[in-house]
Amino acid sequence: MDTYFHSVRLDKDKCRGCTNCIKRCPTQAIRVRNGKARIIKERCIDCGECIRVCPHHAKYASRDSLEQLDSYKYKIALPAPALYGQFNNLDDVNIILNALPSLGFDAVFEVSKAAELISDVTRLYLEKMNPPKPAISSACPAVVRLIRVCFPELIDNIILVNAPVEEAGRLARNRAVAKTGLKPEEIGVFFISPCPAKITSFKQPIGTDKSNIDGAIAINDIYPHLLKAMEKIDEHDELVALHESGVIGIGWATSGGEASGTLNDNALAADGIENCMKILEEVERGNLDSVDFIELNACQGGCVGGSLTAENPFIAKSRLMKLRKYSPVSCNRLPTKEIPSEMLCSVPIEPCDDVMKLADNVQEAMARMSRMEELLKTFPGLDCGTCGAPGCKALAEDVVRGFTTEHDCVFRARQELQDIENIENPEQLEKIIPAPFRETLKKD
Amino acid sequence: MDPIALHYDVSGTDFTCAGEASGKIKKALKELGFPTSITRNVAIAVYEGEINMVIHGGGGVIDAEITPECISITLTDQGPGIPDVSLAMQEGYSTAPDNVRQLGFGAGMGLPNIKKYTDEMVIETEVGKGTTIKLKVFVK
Ligand SMILES: Nc1ncnc2c1ncn2[C@@H]1O[C@H](COP(=O)(O)OP(=O)(O)OP(=O)(O)O)[C@@H](O)[C@H]1O
Ligand code: SF4
Ligand SMILES: [Mg+2]
Repeated sequence: MDTYFHSVRLDKDKCRGCTNCIKRCPTQAIRVRNGKARIIKERCIDCGECIRVCPHHAKYASRDSLEQLDSYKYKIALPAPALYGQFNNLDDVNIILNALPSLGFDAVFEVSKAAELISDVTRLYLEKMNPPKPAISSACPAVVRLIRVCFPELIDNIILVNAPVEEAGRLARNRAVAKTGLKPEEIGVFFISPCPAKITSFKQPIGTDKSNIDGAIAINDIYPHLLKAMEKIDEHDELVALHESGVIGIGWATSGGEASGTLNDNALAADGIENCMKILEEVERGNLDSVDFIELNACQGGCVGGSLTAENPFIAKSRLMKLRKYSPVSCNRLPTKEIPSEMLCSVPIEPCDDVMKLADNVQEAMARMSRMEELLKTFPGLDCGTCGAPGCKALAEDVVRGFTTEHDCVFRARQELQDIENIENPEQLEKIIPAPFRETLKKD
Repeated sequence: MDPIALHYDVSGTDFTCAGEASGKIKKALKELGFPTSITRNVAIAVYEGEINMVIHGGGGVIDAEITPECISITLTDQGPGIPDVSLAMQEGYSTAPDNVRQLGFGAGMGLPNIKKYTDEMVIETEVGKGTTIKLKVFVK
């Protein structure tokens, strides 16, 4: 497996080479080169920000289609709790869960069910394992990757407990094997996903060697089909009671839900990638050492804000709050007060911050940094992005790394041109200067 | 016909179990074929009572007596009791701790809701001894 598989991809034909995505990317993983965006895969955390911001829909998430189900004898749908918030006037989750089989699934297993078990495990983990404070949730794969790339010194704070979707996949497959007698590999486990980061985590698992998930269907892909199937369910139809989770399980779809599930009032929750970065900076500074538990969701509002959802996250959240009202606090719990070892991560989480270092050795890195400082003085400090890097500093960094030259800076080029006394030939000028800047130059 | 009697123990130590007993009562009423509105009203009232029992009352027992005409529920705990019942009945009054507020509880709407969704509600409470709430919903 490619160490840097990413679900987030670029559709070259649609890309117009604008600066929207490079400016928005939290890890500065995108450059525009030769008029097209390029994702630096070592830096990408699959948060989906570029998918959300691209006005030309040139960024997309690779995911599976419903046809992929055919490769398996027995297919299981794992709906994310965020799915429940996508439908207007829904008063019973069972309608969704009863409609899913008509799209080709043989069984349904709620991720919120596993989430309640993981809430149980997390409570025990905080109580018994004495993790470094503050303990940081590992549930959002974009956040885990953000920590690995940008905050490697906080890796030990990550709670080494399975993500709910992985736990759901494990339990669902076991249940299916027991029921059908099929081999585990004949069973296809498909997550109905709000996000590309989860899709990446199935191909490139975190905390385990092999993911329990075989494929992922985007919520916004399945949405129209599911809606149709749900409309076919008559209000007099006897629904199978497939919904087996409560307030805590559904809470996982929104920011703060996982934290509240710890029943610990010394917990903190933040959402949106920039807020997550700010909190991680605070943790780095040691300002949050007294907090027991931190929940971070890369998406605004939590998973309801995932880039593959269909509904506005605020609307989805308010629907979920209504749906879970008068539900049991939780419907799933561990049989004993011991954490089953299969619910803990089996492989440590490793840093992957090499890409952020200026050089392998300190001397070289220092030399590069001084050179960057020098270069920065010659850039205008506008962070305009026209050079294809997200800002002046990023361009300076790209130059010292040898990826490009300082001539990418249009303002610097303009200065240089002005220094050349006689520009006799305006066509020569047009070759060098990008279109939007030609007019200004001519006026000079 | 003898009334149907249901009895549930409600744990006061494991908050994650809260809401289970009222769920079972709701299921039983559905199976018995009561009108949806009756089932819903009883379910909400018992739910609120059960959650209170866990959050404030340290757990206890719920008894349901079901006849075709009337559903009677008694929720009993040996908790701290309610010092000022009329204050507790006010919308918005709550002493719920922070850790359950994050889950959406503690709006101070539980007791008022019980009143709203039942035909009779009697609170017997003594500070230091416990609280018993008796509810009735008539099937009209
Ligand atoms: N069984 C009980 N034992 C002791 N005190 C109780 C009991 N039930 C209610 N109370 C007291 O009455 C207050 C009001 O109860 P009520 O159910 O209306 O609100 P709440 O439980 O605080 O919040 P909400 O029900 O909206 O989640 C409680 O905060 C608590 O102080
Ligand atoms: S917050 Fe949820 S939807 Fe967004 S990246 Fe993280 S896991 Fe995916
Ligand atoms: Mg209450």
